[in-house]
Amino acid sequence: MTDIDTAEPLLVFDDVNLSFGSVKAVNGVSFAVQPKELFAIIGPNGAGKTSVFNVLSGVYRPQRGSVTLDGRQLVGMRPPKIAKLGMARTFQNIELFSNLTVLDNLMLGRHQHISYGALAAFAWVGPARRQEHRHRAVVEDIVDFLQLEQWRKMPVGLLPYGVQKRVELGRALAMEPKLLLLDEPVAGMNLEETEDMARFILDIRDELHIPMIMVEHDMGLVMDLADRILVVDFGTPIATGTPQEIQSNPDVIRAYLGGDHQTEAATDGPALTKEAAG
Amino acid sequence: MTTPTDEKTTSFSGHQLEETTRRPRRIWGRPGLVTAYAQDMAFFDTRAKLVAVCALVAIAALMPLQLEDDILKLLATGFVLAIGAIGLNLVTGYAGQVSLGHAFFVGVGAVTAAVLNGDPDGRRLGYGITFLPAWMLGAGLVAAVCGAIVAPLATRLRGLYLAIVTLGLVFIGQYIFAEWREGTGGRGVGRDAAVPTLGDVDLTVNGAYTEEQKLYWLMLVILVIFAVLARNLVRSKVGRAFAAVRDRDIAAGVMGVQLGRYKLLAFTISSFYAGVCGSLLYAADGHFSPDEFNLGMSVLFIAMILIGGAGTISGSIMGAMLLALLPRIASELPGFFPFISDRSTEHPNIFEVETALYGVLIIAFLLFEPRGLYGIWHRIRTYWKSFPFSY
Repeated sequence: MTDIDTAEPLLVFDDVNLSFGSVKAVNGVSFAVQPKELFAIIGPNGAGKTSVFNVLSGVYRPQRGSVTLDGRQLVGMRPPKIAKLGMARTFQNIELFSNLTVLDNLMLGRHQHISYGALAAFAWVGPARRQEHRHRAVVEDIVDFLQLEQWRKMPVGLLPYGVQKRVELGRALAMEPKLLLLDEPVAGMNLEETEDMARFILDIRDELHIPMIMVEHDMGLVMDLADRILVVDFGTPIATGTPQEIQSNPDVIRAYLGGDHQTEAATDGPALTKEAAG
Repeated sequence: MTTPTDEKTTSFSGHQLEETTRRPRRIWGRPGLVTAYAQDMAFFDTRAKLVAVCALVAIAALMPLQLEDDILKLLATGFVLAIGAIGLNLVTGYAGQVSLGHAFFVGVGAVTAAVLNGDPDGRRLGYGITFLPAWMLGAGLVAAVCGAIVAPLATRLRGLYLAIVTLGLVFIGQYIFAEWREGTGGRGVGRDAAVPTLGDVDLTVNGAYTEEQKLYWLMLVILVIFAVLARNLVRSKVGRAFAAVRDRDIAAGVMGVQLGRYKLLAFTISSFYAGVCGSLLYAADGHFSPDEFNLGMSVLFIAMILIGGAGTISGSIMGAMLLALLPRIASELPGFFPFISDRSTEHPNIFEVETALYGVLIIAFLLFEPRGLYGIWHRIRTYWKSFPFSY
């Protein structure tokens, strides 16, 4: 934890404002993600968590504020450019290419690393052939890592939900990102699938050392895995801190449980874990 | 700036890399075993596929020695239409951009080829280029440029709106073709199409082999070349990006696929195929009229890929062949159903039946087999793969 606090931040999200008409989806949110950190964003439904992700990946353009990755300003860049700088993400509602096989979906993650042009693609000789085979080998590593072997050649539309979530994670990993955004990685999963996914997230952190930002409603998972947590409500940041600090923060408890519970709940940190996880 | 590829922070470096360059190992008693990625990603990934396609091409190549000339002519036209259908399938079936403007690009190809190939001293504009690949590829390139000009529309519009805008293209095209009399001969008159010659041999003149036989072989060779190229394209990075744009365009952008670039590429390549199709389409008749590049032709190509199977190369060919042979199939019907007449003065006659059949085919395929002829073939194949188990 100590090296996390002192290191130069990888991503700086500074005072970002995003509104749709009069609705302020993101209102002055600031945070910084350190290298190797697993950073979580939590908040009630409609708090603006996914909007933060959409700003990060360039889908939305904020009216004010700056987002820098490795010192490069991301605001105003188009999604493919941001992807090229090393930002990868998964989506809350699975956004896989459902007619393509697992392998093809993962190969699409490699898209920006494959450099041959359309003419070489027609002929399928020389660089095109070599690169396809090389990147297939990389993709097979990811298939190994996420234990997707048995589904390799299945169209992803036919796969069970939990596996689709895993394929989407694999597609993001195939991009070899500097920063990985996970939008509700265990939403709608049963206990077993959740535990599998938690294992994969820990593996990504420990073996691949890829820093992650995770949006998640499963408080048990967030409190167990995250290094630091940002809480947002109605687009406004409420608190940032370690899981212990967040659990005992009175403002956070008010946001989740309502104003009346302010005093009692403040002394009873773990209660938040149970209430919100259910 | 370092690209992500240079980074060594992640462990996905393809540690099985040596296996990819390794030649496939033969293991005794396991003919179907795949031992290298090269083998798994090959054009013919199974021996059965290789044998079947070779047999099919061989049979197709030998057919002119057996069949009558009028059927050969229809089949040759089918091959040319198949090139156009593959083109439309690339932009509509693979990249998901519905285009009703395909007839326009076919028209551009036909006119360009006729102008390039035309007699310099004739009544119409002509440059006297007789080398077949030159005017064929020239026609493709001019059509491709037109496609590239139209493509930016697709970055702004999608779905039905794009379809309507491309429909406008057909009407603009009809106007230009009708007015530019020097190039096209004008409405109702037309001009001579490009004449296919190889070396000194004019393929449209009967020699040791008949005109139809020679044209059939020519079109077959060109179709095989273009089909193989298209098949390579769709299994490559470009084909995957097309499918990504079609299935989820926002996710595609986030994965690093530049939407505008790939839509442009899809329209350009599709139009190139349409142009090549147009340049050869009237070789057998020797004459075309600018009225032919109308909405009906665009719909014909849409019908081909719907009936054949959207998003498949083999389906495009099957659909084109079926619709090319439809008049012939209809004309054979009186033999089986005596109440159908082959005279246009009586009802129901074969011409009415042909039109009705065309419509019924489109409706029936959309309702019962949206994956088209390819879907039917796929189902048969799966059935026999798992025989005698039906699941």
